Amino acid sequence: MDSAAGRLTLAGDCRAADLVTLETALREWAGAGSRSVDLAAAGRFDIGPAWILKRAIADAATPPAVSGSLPAHFNYLDELLAGASVRTADIAPPPREPAGLVRLGRALEVRSENWYEALTYGGKLISTAGSAWRSWKHLRIASVVRHAYETGYQAVPVVAVIAFLISVISAYISAQQLRPYGGEIYTVDIVALGVLRELGVLLTAIMVAGRTGSAYAAELGVMKLNDEVDALESMGIDPYEVLVLPRVLGLIIALPLLTIIADFMGLFGGAMLTRYLIDLSWPQFFTRLDEAIAPTTFWAGLVKAPVFGLLIGLTGTLRGLQVRESSRELGRLTTVAVVQSIFLVIFADALFAILFLEIDF
Amino acid sequence: MAAATPAVIISVRDLVNRFGQQTVHDGVSFDVHAGEVFGIVGGSGSGKSVLLKTMLGLRKPDSGVVEVEGHDITCMSDRELRAVKQRYGVTFQHGALFTSLTVTENVILPMVELLALEEATLQSLAELRLRMVGLPVEAGAKFPAQLSGGMIKRAALARALALDPALLFLDEPTAGLDPIAATAFDDLVLYLRRTLALTVVMVTHDLDTLARTCDRVAVLVDGKVIVDTLPGIVRSEHPWIREYFHGARGRLMAAAGEGENRGA
Repeated sequence: MDSAAGRLTLAGDCRAADLVTLETALREWAGAGSRSVDLAAAGRFDIGPAWILKRAIADAATPPAVSGSLPAHFNYLDELLAGASVRTADIAPPPREPAGLVRLGRALEVRSENWYEALTYGGKLISTAGSAWRSWKHLRIASVVRHAYETGYQAVPVVAVIAFLISVISAYISAQQLRPYGGEIYTVDIVALGVLRELGVLLTAIMVAGRTGSAYAAELGVMKLNDEVDALESMGIDPYEVLVLPRVLGLIIALPLLTIIADFMGLFGGAMLTRYLIDLSWPQFFTRLDEAIAPTTFWAGLVKAPVFGLLIGLTGTLRGLQVRESSRELGRLTTVAVVQSIFLVIFADALFAILFLEIDF
Repeated sequence: MAAATPAVIISVRDLVNRFGQQTVHDGVSFDVHAGEVFGIVGGSGSGKSVLLKTMLGLRKPDSGVVEVEGHDITCMSDRELRAVKQRYGVTFQHGALFTSLTVTENVILPMVELLALEEATLQSLAELRLRMVGLPVEAGAKFPAQLSGGMIKRAALARALALDPALLFLDEPTAGLDPIAATAFDDLVLYLRRTLALTVVMVTHDLDTLARTCDRVAVLVDGKVIVDTLPGIVRSEHPWIREYFHGARGRLMAAAGEGENRGA
């Protein structure tokens, strides 16, 4: 098929695979002055190419002269259109993108709805939790334990290794910085305070946000896409009680336990490094440790863990339940769940730091 | 009943499919003729879906041959198989539309992937496919979740037709549709078959669809297959087949009688 001096010649069969060639020929042809179509040597047409040809002929300002017989599908296409126009110009253009101000307004609306939804979600969960205390049955101990196991026990190796490595790194850097001043012994203070107050709980929470926040969002999101959540509700079972509460409670239980392991591993890492780096024996380490930390230091870290667990659990489950309609939403909201729970954890940690400073904890 | 020697488009020979100890197909052989609507029926677990998957080249059979237009697809390289698959249009039981794409994007996806066409041409072709399956052009901008069951089936058919296939595979095309929508879908399949000279292979449980659209029917039973025209199948003495068509038999016979007149 080719187009020369306004004469479009189509020879042989024109299949769906030939659409690209046809398109190129038609583009050249559309620019020519007086136009004609030669179909004398044309073979069979697939319906797609026939449609493109028909539209190109209809789009011409003056009807082009056609020699040879039109593709058989033209009759079918006429039947299909049932009087409607083929011309590109007669098709309603797609709705225009709204202007900047409208977009801003819509974005604000979505944001505020989001906040409203998060608030009502929290409220609903509190009321569900309140009524769940009525009996053991409503608390679903088995389910809570399963989630505590999955989010806690199974995360022990990774949390332990990370806590160990982080404390090794901070001990190493501190020892190097303190050496010129002869204050290597204060490495113990830095590691102990850092791990117990901040690093242990914060890193554990961030790990758990990545592991469990995403798992919660994806699990609930797929259940939502499969109408499983609706199925529960139709049976008169409260999805908050069955799906959300056990997950959140499981995490509130698991995160402090993981934090204790992380604290222990962090101190162990610090003790090991100071032993090799500044020749501090185990008993010396523990004596120094005892002097370095106040009785509240351990609790200042641990008390944050259930709050972080709550934040991660709420964010993960809320985002999961917000999944609607498409697989892309599932991916997007899983990402949102992880990013927001990590953000919330760090934000809450900052608030705790200010609070503890004010009350001298 | 058909013309002298109809051209064979798909030929299945001595097909065996096993899952562990369980033999699903134990020497299944049949031909699909060019231009016919070929129905596949069978009880749950009789291997309809496995048969369809084998014919689509999605599953390698344990033994046996599946020839499409004379080429054996069971021992093809992936590349050759891809060329064969481009001649196929397939709709899945639940539509299998991509939920994150609009209907139009779903329909043009095969063309976007395989042909380097301009946006305007693609839009124009999408409009054609939507019109062909009887969907309003405005439906193109919607997402699958916003469509009714019947519209999803039609949109899936529009996507299956995107590359002007010679062979159309439909898995339970009318399942879950109300009788009016199902009838409309049957009419659509017949209309497309007539105007586009398509060969259609469909798996269905809908007796009305079988009677209205299928020229020949394959019944999968006991790991074997029985192929005949619908009236021939209905007259079969096999206990399972009798049971399957029982009750609807009289109605089916009448409908199938009309179907025979439709022929050629």
